[in-house]
Amino acid sequence: MSLITPTTARVEASVTDEAFDAEELRRDFPALQQSIGDEPLVYLDNAATTQKPSSVIDAIGRFYREDNANIHRGVHQLSIRATDGYESARLKAARFIGASRPEEIIFVRGATEAINLVAQTFGRVHIGTGDEVLISHMEHHANIVPWQILCEQTGARLCVAPINDRGELILEEFERMLGPRTRLLSIGHVSNALGTINPMERIIALAHERGIPVLVDGAQAVPHMKVNVQALDADFYTFSGHKAFGPTGIGVLYGKHDLLQKLPPYQGGGDMIASVTFEKTTYNAVPHKFEAGTPHIAGAIGLAAALDYMDAVGMERIAQYESELLAYATHALLSIPQVHLVGTARNKAGVLSFTIEGVHPHDAATILDQQGVAVRAGHHCAQPVMQRFNVPATIRASLAFYNTTEEIDALVRGIQKVIEVFN
Amino acid sequence: MSDLSDLYQDVILDHYKRPRNRGHLDDTDHQADGQNPLCGDHVTVFVKVKDDRVEEIRFAGSGCAISTASASLMTETVKGKTLDEAKAFFRKFHDMVTGSQEVDHGDGLGKLEVFSGVCQYPVRVKCATLAWHTLDAALENREEPVSTE
Ligand SMILES: Cc1ncc(COP(=O)(O)O)c(C=O)c1O
Repeated sequence: MSLITPTTARVEASVTDEAFDAEELRRDFPALQQSIGDEPLVYLDNAATTQKPSSVIDAIGRFYREDNANIHRGVHQLSIRATDGYESARLKAARFIGASRPEEIIFVRGATEAINLVAQTFGRVHIGTGDEVLISHMEHHANIVPWQILCEQTGARLCVAPINDRGELILEEFERMLGPRTRLLSIGHVSNALGTINPMERIIALAHERGIPVLVDGAQAVPHMKVNVQALDADFYTFSGHKAFGPTGIGVLYGKHDLLQKLPPYQGGGDMIASVTFEKTTYNAVPHKFEAGTPHIAGAIGLAAALDYMDAVGMERIAQYESELLAYATHALLSIPQVHLVGTARNKAGVLSFTIEGVHPHDAATILDQQGVAVRAGHHCAQPVMQRFNVPATIRASLAFYNTTEEIDALVRGIQKVIEVFN
Repeated sequence: MSDLSDLYQDVILDHYKRPRNRGHLDDTDHQADGQNPLCGDHVTVFVKVKDDRVEEIRFAGSGCAISTASASLMTETVKGKTLDEAKAFFRKFHDMVTGSQEVDHGDGLGKLEVFSGVCQYPVRVKCATLAWHTLDAALENREEPVSTE
């Protein structure tokens, strides 16, 4: 397959001056057009999963209606079209995150599977007894548990870089923890529980200075900012399709080509082999070596449509708009004396984790739900973060580019209602 | 969609803000821990049993309004009752909040009927039943902490 030539000057450069029209974009999302009871739906649970634009829903429908076939082995027209759709999605994903070639994109179920894949391939080869895997205190369980499993299997040690009271990685401590036995750094780009954006370039450079490869969990970054894996120099990078306006059940693991080539396969089965006899099996080339069995073809095609959609809107514009919306929301929440923000990093994405004095997060979320405001309450699959901030749970409102200031106002009215009920 | 007041009735809010029988009991014969990992709610129930009756009962822990009020009202309800009566309350309460049975106002759940709205909120059923499951474990001397997951 061909190397990707960087596509120059996308639409976004020419439209940055135009005002960002979230109201207009919302119309592309059918699920956002509904009411909950008498109230319009205010969907603020985007860190859990995002809504899907019609173009994504249609792409999946079209695939099943017109092109459905299994890929790679068929000589008939449908199979050729399905293969083409699936492989074009790979190319699209490669371009979207700035990979140097499509073979560096492995389709997986999501970020969780990607991290498990790296743990069980890279980890089983390169991490042994007494070695260390370094993560941070703000990781999602998906970037903790696979390493604990690996450590149990290999006798390696899991080390955790601390965070400060704002929810930022403490860089000096982090640097000190990059030791002679550290075999891998696995760290989130953006925290789903706190919204912290980690200084990824700096972090990766510090690890690379010591020859330590880095896996970046980009589940909360890719939907909200321009990501370029080559500029970051990430060795592995992952994200989930469903958090990026695409379907569930599909995600991407990026890996540097030479790294991937040296890794053993993840699962065995069809499609990942070159030839099989009972005596010896030779594996297929990268990336197919890591994609055993029939993949989520429709999912990949839906994901490609989602990436197209984000490209058309423009990631820089999305990031800019969301940061303005976050500033508006932060200001609005801080104006309520009973509200306490958890996670106040100086560089932050659109996640507002908070508590309300005297009200348990689950009660708040139930009352907000009755007003059509969908937020999440709980530990957000980041229990160590909750322990760090000494709260059992938080309420989390997480933004996407289709949210508006009016919706933030609805959230604020909802919170005032919560306070009223509990007063 | 039901009205807010269906769930957060005054009685529930009152028992959340001023829980009855909250605290520890030393040297009890019956004690159990319960937790709802989803919410981070946890409760410990202490019971003193005498002549087959709940002589004294307390609860400790922290949780949402529904789980706290449920624990508080539970202690008020079962105090002084026989163990069989306490278990019967649990069964009826469980049926009510899971919606498996329409509450009949004559069936003696009394104050506990304020929780009848919970059945419309499936994710909150665990909050309402946590203390009761824990009481059950305490009375049966089960060692394993109760988990609603
Ligand atoms: C930071 C982060 N990493 C990993 C995951 C896991 O993603 P998935 O459940 O799609 O595999 C999530 C999802 O909440 C996340 O927020």
